[in-house]
Amino acid sequence: MTDALTPVLTDNWDAERAWTLAAYEERGGYAALDKAFAMAPDDVIDAVKESGLRGRGGAGFPTGMKWGFIPQDNPRPKYLVVNADESEPGTCKDIPLMMASPHTLVEGVILSAYAIRANTAFIYVRGEVLHVIRRLQRAVQEAYLAGHLGTDIHGSGYHLDLIVHAGAGAYICGEETALLEGLEGRRGQPRLRPPFPAVAGLYASPTVINNVESIASVPSIIANGPAWFAGMGTEKSKGFGIFSLSGHVRNPGQYEAPLGITLRELIDLAGGIREGHELKFWTPGGSSTPLLTPEHLDVPLDFESVGAAGSMLGTRALQLFDETTCVVRAVLRWTEFYKHESCGKCTPCREGTWWLTQTLARLEKGQGTEADLDLLLDQCDNILGRSFCALGDGATSPISSSIKHFRDEYLAHLTNGGCPFDPVASTAFAPAGASA
Amino acid sequence: MSTTDKAPDLATDLVTLTIDGVQVSVPKDTLVIRAAEQVGVQIPRFCDHPLLDPVGACRQCLVDIPDAGNGRGFPKPQASCTLPVAEGMVVNTQATSEVADKAQQGVMEFLLINHPLDCPVCDKGGECPLQNQAMSNGRGESRFAASGGIKRTFPKPINISAQVLLDRERCVLCARCTRFSEQIAGDPFIALAERGALQQVAIYEREPYQSYFSGNAIQICPVGALTSADYRFRSRPFDLVSTPGVAEHDSCGAAIRIDHRRGKVMRRLAGNDPEVNEEWISDKDRFAFRYTQVADRITYPQVREDGVLRPASWPEAFAVAARGLREAGAAAVLTGGRVTAEDAYAYAKFARVALSTNDIDFRARPHSAEEASFLASHVALSGGVTYADLEAAPVVVLLGLEPEDEAATIFLRLRRAARRGRTQVVSVAPYSSRGLRKMNGRLVPAVPGAEVEAIGSLKDAAHGVTKDAVILVGERLAATHGALSAAVELAATTGARLAWVPRRAGDRGAVEAGALPNLLPGGRPVTEAAARVDLAAAWGVEALPAKVGRDGNAIVAALTKGDLGGVVVGGVDPDDTSDPAAFRAALAAARFVVSLELRATDVTAAADVVLPVAPVTDKAGTFVTWDGRPRDFDAVLSNPSSLPDLRVLAGIGEELARLGQGSSLGFRTVADVRAEMRALGPWDGARPAMDAGKPPRAPRAKAGSLALATWKQLVDLGSMQDGEAHLRATARPPVARVSPATYESVFGTPEGEPGHSRLATVSGDRGSVTLPVEVADLPDGVVWVPARSFGRGVLADLASPGSRVLLRDAPSPDSPGHALKGAVT
Repeated sequence: MTDALTPVLTDNWDAERAWTLAAYEERGGYAALDKAFAMAPDDVIDAVKESGLRGRGGAGFPTGMKWGFIPQDNPRPKYLVVNADESEPGTCKDIPLMMASPHTLVEGVILSAYAIRANTAFIYVRGEVLHVIRRLQRAVQEAYLAGHLGTDIHGSGYHLDLIVHAGAGAYICGEETALLEGLEGRRGQPRLRPPFPAVAGLYASPTVINNVESIASVPSIIANGPAWFAGMGTEKSKGFGIFSLSGHVRNPGQYEAPLGITLRELIDLAGGIREGHELKFWTPGGSSTPLLTPEHLDVPLDFESVGAAGSMLGTRALQLFDETTCVVRAVLRWTEFYKHESCGKCTPCREGTWWLTQTLARLEKGQGTEADLDLLLDQCDNILGRSFCALGDGATSPISSSIKHFRDEYLAHLTNGGCPFDPVASTAFAPAGASA
Repeated sequence: MSTTDKAPDLATDLVTLTIDGVQVSVPKDTLVIRAAEQVGVQIPRFCDHPLLDPVGACRQCLVDIPDAGNGRGFPKPQASCTLPVAEGMVVNTQATSEVADKAQQGVMEFLLINHPLDCPVCDKGGECPLQNQAMSNGRGESRFAASGGIKRTFPKPINISAQVLLDRERCVLCARCTRFSEQIAGDPFIALAERGALQQVAIYEREPYQSYFSGNAIQICPVGALTSADYRFRSRPFDLVSTPGVAEHDSCGAAIRIDHRRGKVMRRLAGNDPEVNEEWISDKDRFAFRYTQVADRITYPQVREDGVLRPASWPEAFAVAARGLREAGAAAVLTGGRVTAEDAYAYAKFARVALSTNDIDFRARPHSAEEASFLASHVALSGGVTYADLEAAPVVVLLGLEPEDEAATIFLRLRRAARRGRTQVVSVAPYSSRGLRKMNGRLVPAVPGAEVEAIGSLKDAAHGVTKDAVILVGERLAATHGALSAAVELAATTGARLAWVPRRAGDRGAVEAGALPNLLPGGRPVTEAAARVDLAAAWGVEALPAKVGRDGNAIVAALTKGDLGGVVVGGVDPDDTSDPAAFRAALAAARFVVSLELRATDVTAAADVVLPVAPVTDKAGTFVTWDGRPRDFDAVLSNPSSLPDLRVLAGIGEELARLGQGSSLGFRTVADVRAEMRALGPWDGARPAMDAGKPPRAPRAKAGSLALATWKQLVDLGSMQDGEAHLRATARPPVARVSPATYESVFGTPEGEPGHSRLATVSGDRGSVTLPVEVADLPDGVVWVPARSFGRGVLADLASPGSRVLLRDAPSPDSPGHALKGAVT
């Protein structure tokens, strides 16, 4: 069963002091630079295109194609910005990666910036993860000292400055244009598009914004070739990715596997669901992706199959909930998160999350009527696709999907006059065998 | 990113699309929301404003786009305020699409969940876009309230400036106010803060919301979130009667709307005139109207008897005035720059026909013979430079003009032109004012009195003053001998067009009407016999005085000396004149003074006959703008006892004629005067040549003295801003500005921390004033102070025009003089 795993990004995480330059170089780190510098930048873009790498931040946009959008005849400087504002509930892949092996990201940044001809790159890290920021800063410093960053890198004549920027703690800054606003020193609120960042992004200049995992995958593609990468995964979702299992599973953590692996396989790898319990529902890619149920255990976890199952692959943040969990309670917590994180720019998200929270809170307490479920769905309909950015859309996913799959459980709250679940039973410290 | 401010070639750049089944062709880049207006569909909106950049924040204007013009539709409704039209696009609005209608109803429902139900006490109730659109595009019952929803609440209103109040719970966060302040006014001192439903408009207390245009933010607020301290809770919109009008505070002629109730003006709003002020006016134009409602308004004629003024009937007052003027001997006329063109014409005709003199001047401010010559040769009958030209010109030169303070509408137009990157503003001024910085302007520094050299330097090609450039000349340039001639020469050499921008609404009209010693109505030069004959024939008099008259300064001198015995003063504040003390002395010395005034002043106190005149609200009239645009307006209020100046002058003229002096003026109403002016027409002969005249004696510079630069700030102690304390509280606090080196020479230390200002005393030949000192990019040896922001102003309390002043460290720095009335010592 361990054959299912393809450790590439996570391969060196167990090495002694894996985050240091010495440990990284010992395993051949930064060797891809010389290979890339021997290629024309456009050839690097072509290699990434050929590999089929798709954005690992959730949307799955082909990375090479995004790089190709940069107008190279634009006289303004080009920028590479790494989106390391990992804040989605359940998502925990970029932060462990930057913690365990920041040099993988730094090497990826150099290769990617070289490809798009940027001489300045930024890593925008969420501000709460101070320990990760420190690791990144040290890694960047080591890379400068070793000549991997700065002027005339490896004698290639190419120069690159890399700046680690700490965010101020806003989920919305994971939205790429809000991130750019934040990076420019303004309030994090999404920008009107067009113009798209590829044309006028950071400081109104052509800008590529990629997720940490996408950029970190580039060194392996350059080192091993696009065919090696494309040999993994499915036809349209190529390569590998980090699957983060959390919740009611015996060994939660990051499992790196080809896209297309199923949750059933991953749960097996993680030692199964919590002892004495069974899976009730799960998110495939964080709280913004609609819930799935045990009947979806064999859905291949690639962009197309998860989409066909009515959800989204997202960030492969697999949150697993067993039968002790009240779905209404879980959804309310998520909704409170979205209400707290709504930036306030547009009406549906700002006001909608305010109202959704109140309606859900009443339902959880057993107040309200069955009509409130239709009200909730109607509110979701008025938010989804009406908001300025995807935050509002994401806020509706857990609600509409949970009502779809667990309508009876909502009704049980009403007939029971409150939540029928024991909240302690779902906790990690619950006595073995506790049940609802 | 703005898609509204381009000027597409209408003939070639048309795009055809279908909206609600109706085909329409609109210019390229038109936004769908405005294309829909062309087919008569009003899509509800809040954040959208045609003069602001699109933002797409409120989502109220969602429409269904089954075909974006490429055969594919958008899967979800789109915001029509950010979406440009495309050829072949199909748009279904709420009128034809259930999806669009539901989307709009959904957004409206969301907007209302946190909106308080205080419409019955809200100023906006009755004229509220939220209220109106909630009726047209919302549901009647609140599902939020029905489900026991709890609204977000905030304490009721907070001040974001002395004038602007914010009810945060009413705010729909459309960001119109913040975008206006940043994009149009250039005062980005309000911004959205916090997030989610707690987002709110906020200020930063160390950078207060100090803006001359804040009232526009109130006006474009689509809900009652922003209100003015002046108007809050004063009236209901449906009780108001609205009359269009023209702002009387500067020469820009901004269109305004005057809302009144039971004979009293309650508020003023910006009118919509794309050619002039678009939809914006300054706070002065908006809030400064209560000067007609203050307690010292004169409401009946008075005559002096035994040294005391007593009420009189109109016929008696006319008779007493006529007799007094006749007995006083030679008399002159002084009008301020505030009168309408019709009234100015009446003064001009009164002087010539009733008093047989050319001793008339409207310039109640420092002036010169050179200026009179300039007005006759280059201003009267001139035209051709318009607001639109300012935005089209590659370079606009400002000479002695600070548009943000002195011509606010010009400022906004220039700022917009500069923001688009089309126009470079070049200013000959003592320092880079905030207004100049906001226009991204280039400073050509000039020490007061040495402008001639600076203007001459603009001929250098590096400044880009070509035939496409526009030169705007402010009235202050008259203070420096030779400067107006230099401006004329600059225009002649470069081919650039020149326009004169006075400060007051009536100035340009007074030039055209002949309220000058060297000009007769219609630009006719006094020195031209043909012009005099022409006019005498039209007026039915035998002859007109042939000698060029005395100007304002000479009239004051002649009254004091006794060469003149009588004077008719209409709307002059002595403190505006070049020598206030001399002006007062002249009034005391005059044998007979007739005062036409709104309110009790030092002139009425000295007058032998006081005749109340109608404020602009009570009469029809015309203001001629700086660009020669006649802006006529009708009376707002019907006030039979309130007579325009021209009617009063006609009354005196008739009495004088009865006594055998002159002939009656031949008109009694505004309509009569308008007909007469129209019939008279402009002078079609040659324009007189510009004559700079002799330079005055240069004042001797005392050792260590500084040149004094000054102008009036937009909001200051001017009497037409009386009665509106909230407006006055938004005035920029008076400060003295000097160069860093001058600062150091006065205080012995370089400039300290910002915000921590030191006090200095400025002393001149008429007094001294103590003000906080700031450092700016002035030339060394120059100090700038505001002209009318402390005491009785610079001319009365500090220094004579062109004189030099001393600056010294003030002893007590612990009491920063931030009150508008600075300490005059």
